[in-house]
Amino acid sequence: MASREKDEISGIETTGHEWDGIKELNNPLPRWWLWTFYGCIAFALGYMIAYPAWPLVSGATPGLLGYSSRAEFVKEVDSAVSAQAAQREMVKTLPLEEIRNNADLLQFAVAGGRAAFRVNCIQCHGSGAAGGKGYPNLNDDDWLWGGTLEQIHTTLQHGIRYLADPDTRQSPMPAFGADEILTPEQINDVAEHVLSLSAQPFDAAAASRGSTVFAENCVACHGAAGEGLREFGGPRLSDPIALYAADKAAIVAQVTRPRHGVMPAWNTRLDEVTIKQLAIYVHSLGGGEMPVP
Amino acid sequence: MNGYGVLAKLISLGVIALVAVIAAAKGHDAAYVFHAYVISAVAMGLIVYYSRSFSFAPVGPAPASESTYSDEVIKAGMIATVFWGVAGFLLGVVIASQLAWPALNLDLPWTTFGRLRPLHTSAVVFAFGGNALIATSFYVVQRTCRTRLAFGNLAWFVFWGYQLFIVLAATGYLLGVTESREYAEPEWYVDIWITLVWVAYFLVFFGTLLKRKEPHIYVANWFYLAFIVTIAMLHIVNNLAVPVSFLGSKSYSLFSGVQDALIQWWYGHNAVGFFLTAGFLGMMYYFVPKRVGRPVYSYRLSIVHFWSLIFLYIWAGPHHLHYTALPDWAQTLGMVFSVMLWMPSWGGMINGLMTLSGAWDKLRTDPVLRMMVLSVAFYGMSTFEGPMMSIKSVNSLSHYTDWTIGHVHSGALGWVGMISMAVVYDLVPKLWKKADLYSNRLVNWHLWLATLGIVLYASAMWVSGIMQGLMWREYDDQGFLVYSFSESVAAMYPYYVIRMTGGLLFLIGALIMVYNLIRTVRGDSVSESAVGTPALAT
Repeated sequence: MASREKDEISGIETTGHEWDGIKELNNPLPRWWLWTFYGCIAFALGYMIAYPAWPLVSGATPGLLGYSSRAEFVKEVDSAVSAQAAQREMVKTLPLEEIRNNADLLQFAVAGGRAAFRVNCIQCHGSGAAGGKGYPNLNDDDWLWGGTLEQIHTTLQHGIRYLADPDTRQSPMPAFGADEILTPEQINDVAEHVLSLSAQPFDAAAASRGSTVFAENCVACHGAAGEGLREFGGPRLSDPIALYAADKAAIVAQVTRPRHGVMPAWNTRLDEVTIKQLAIYVHSLGGGEMPVP
Repeated sequence: MNGYGVLAKLISLGVIALVAVIAAAKGHDAAYVFHAYVISAVAMGLIVYYSRSFSFAPVGPAPASESTYSDEVIKAGMIATVFWGVAGFLLGVVIASQLAWPALNLDLPWTTFGRLRPLHTSAVVFAFGGNALIATSFYVVQRTCRTRLAFGNLAWFVFWGYQLFIVLAATGYLLGVTESREYAEPEWYVDIWITLVWVAYFLVFFGTLLKRKEPHIYVANWFYLAFIVTIAMLHIVNNLAVPVSFLGSKSYSLFSGVQDALIQWWYGHNAVGFFLTAGFLGMMYYFVPKRVGRPVYSYRLSIVHFWSLIFLYIWAGPHHLHYTALPDWAQTLGMVFSVMLWMPSWGGMINGLMTLSGAWDKLRTDPVLRMMVLSVAFYGMSTFEGPMMSIKSVNSLSHYTDWTIGHVHSGALGWVGMISMAVVYDLVPKLWKKADLYSNRLVNWHLWLATLGIVLYASAMWVSGIMQGLMWREYDDQGFLVYSFSESVAAMYPYYVIRMTGGLLFLIGALIMVYNLIRTVRGDSVSESAVGTPALAT
């Protein structure tokens, strides 16, 4: 064991211990360090007096400020709710068309609808509501079930092919190929006919054979010229806009074994006001239609 | 070796192998069966190994002299540290890339982020950090006690037992086994195994302290001992669980609800405090003064900051549960103890940095010392950031954001990573009895690549974390949320790319280290001008 000695460079005494050549200087605690440490302890004590801190037999000391994170939360929610209460009440009671014609209320409903859309809808319809393969674009005027406020509202409330809701929208297209209602040749022909309806390149001979197949099997839901029938949810075929794809392979696939997307009924998940706000927001995106007088 | 000793070993290994094979045959899930096979294979391998050294010859003289240090196990520890370090850094780069480009999940269950993430954290914390701590603690405790490790070959059991723990944990993650407790994901049977290994580790370390030939216990050993004892306590309490079956991997925690969460974060935060802080402070307290050749700055500071650190750290865990179901009084406790922890943490930084007083010029010429000093600087930065983030009003912005990830990594890459790699640079030439490293200039390259990587990583995470926090709480003037969660995710993209780049630089630095160390061990020495002097004239 080495004895205490003075370190030549610093002029400080060592403690006299040595391990594998390592010695220790006997420097005092740096003052700034010590006082900052005391300061932190003082802050901690003060904080523990001001805020809930000391656990007792049942519950803890509430602190001089009476702070509670739950109370704080309830207060914030209450103030947010009360700030919107008057407008929410109006959205709740007024018909959709009247909300749309009231500039202030419209702005409130669109803002609320946008916020709710971002939480609930963008997963399928995309953050810009432009949809994707299998998920409808809500920005254009190509509506499957109608684009008036009421129609959008009904879709939101009851969903599409959401079987838990008896009022849900239903459009079961038969599996013409898988169930052998049509032969592969017929499906090929009718696909060429559909191509011709949407002004895409097509095979004239096949399309003309396909027009008979179309007339016998498809017009009931899609209309004579493929213009679509919204009351059955029959998509318009006379434009190249399609839920999945508009090329021939996609048409053949859809006729052979149709895919049926599902949208949930939101009336069991969201409150009345939010659904109305969503309807108004979606209506405002660009494709909204006016009610037929 | 003693014939009867070997015989006893062979019999017990045979029993283990048999039990493991039965477990494999009866196991309920694939991961459990796989692990049973691994264990039986290890036991059978050991049977072969010991059979070959079987001898009925009379007991000869002890092979290893008590007058030398047991350094072979430390050499193995160095190799394991470097190996797992590179593996862990690589995994970090992989999962950072997955966050930027999700297609890299490859749509395979084994390679999804959810499984690779614990693989990364366990690889860097427990495999890399753990091996570095075990190896250096064995080195330091022998030197500062002037005695050989206690209990003979038990240190080898600790080493290999620990590697087996790593393999069982890692393969379990890939196969989908998890307790879903952060930094404590391995299931009950792996927990039991590591407990045994840890007790052996404690015995070796403590036994060596007991037979020391120095009157006092050096400060580095206080920190190592605090690390070993506290980690044992944390591990056991946090992993108290009931297995669904002894033939399956699944278990359920003994605690539930918010008590469970509090236990988990009491563990989680003190894993940071006692594994990643106290343990590595032990490393620093030996290697910095040794490398500088100067006395430790202040003995008194080391005492006061040691005890205050140990006492305060253990209460700070609840700050991980601010604004949750945890009662307010417990949140207060977590916050104020974290604030009080600031100076005790900085005591280590002061003692580390001020030990250089009178020898600062060595920084100019010694890149390994530079790395040590930089690591202490990062330690100081992240131990300021931590208490700040524990303050509730700061935490309400930072919680659940990338800021936390950035904070962890400035500590993990900057402090833990840099101090460990500097110590590896210091130890490898000594252990392999070489005059110096192959190249000091390469150390310098490693140092600056790693530093740049950390700066990129931490600053990208600050920006993206604060941006996330602000986006999540942004309301318009009518009281509606402005951003969707997915918009905040999309906004992260550039920062995720920068973070990945930072990690990549850190990994490249580590690969340079591997090259440098291999050449060092082979006894090569490059002809280069010393660091801090003008380049060689051509």
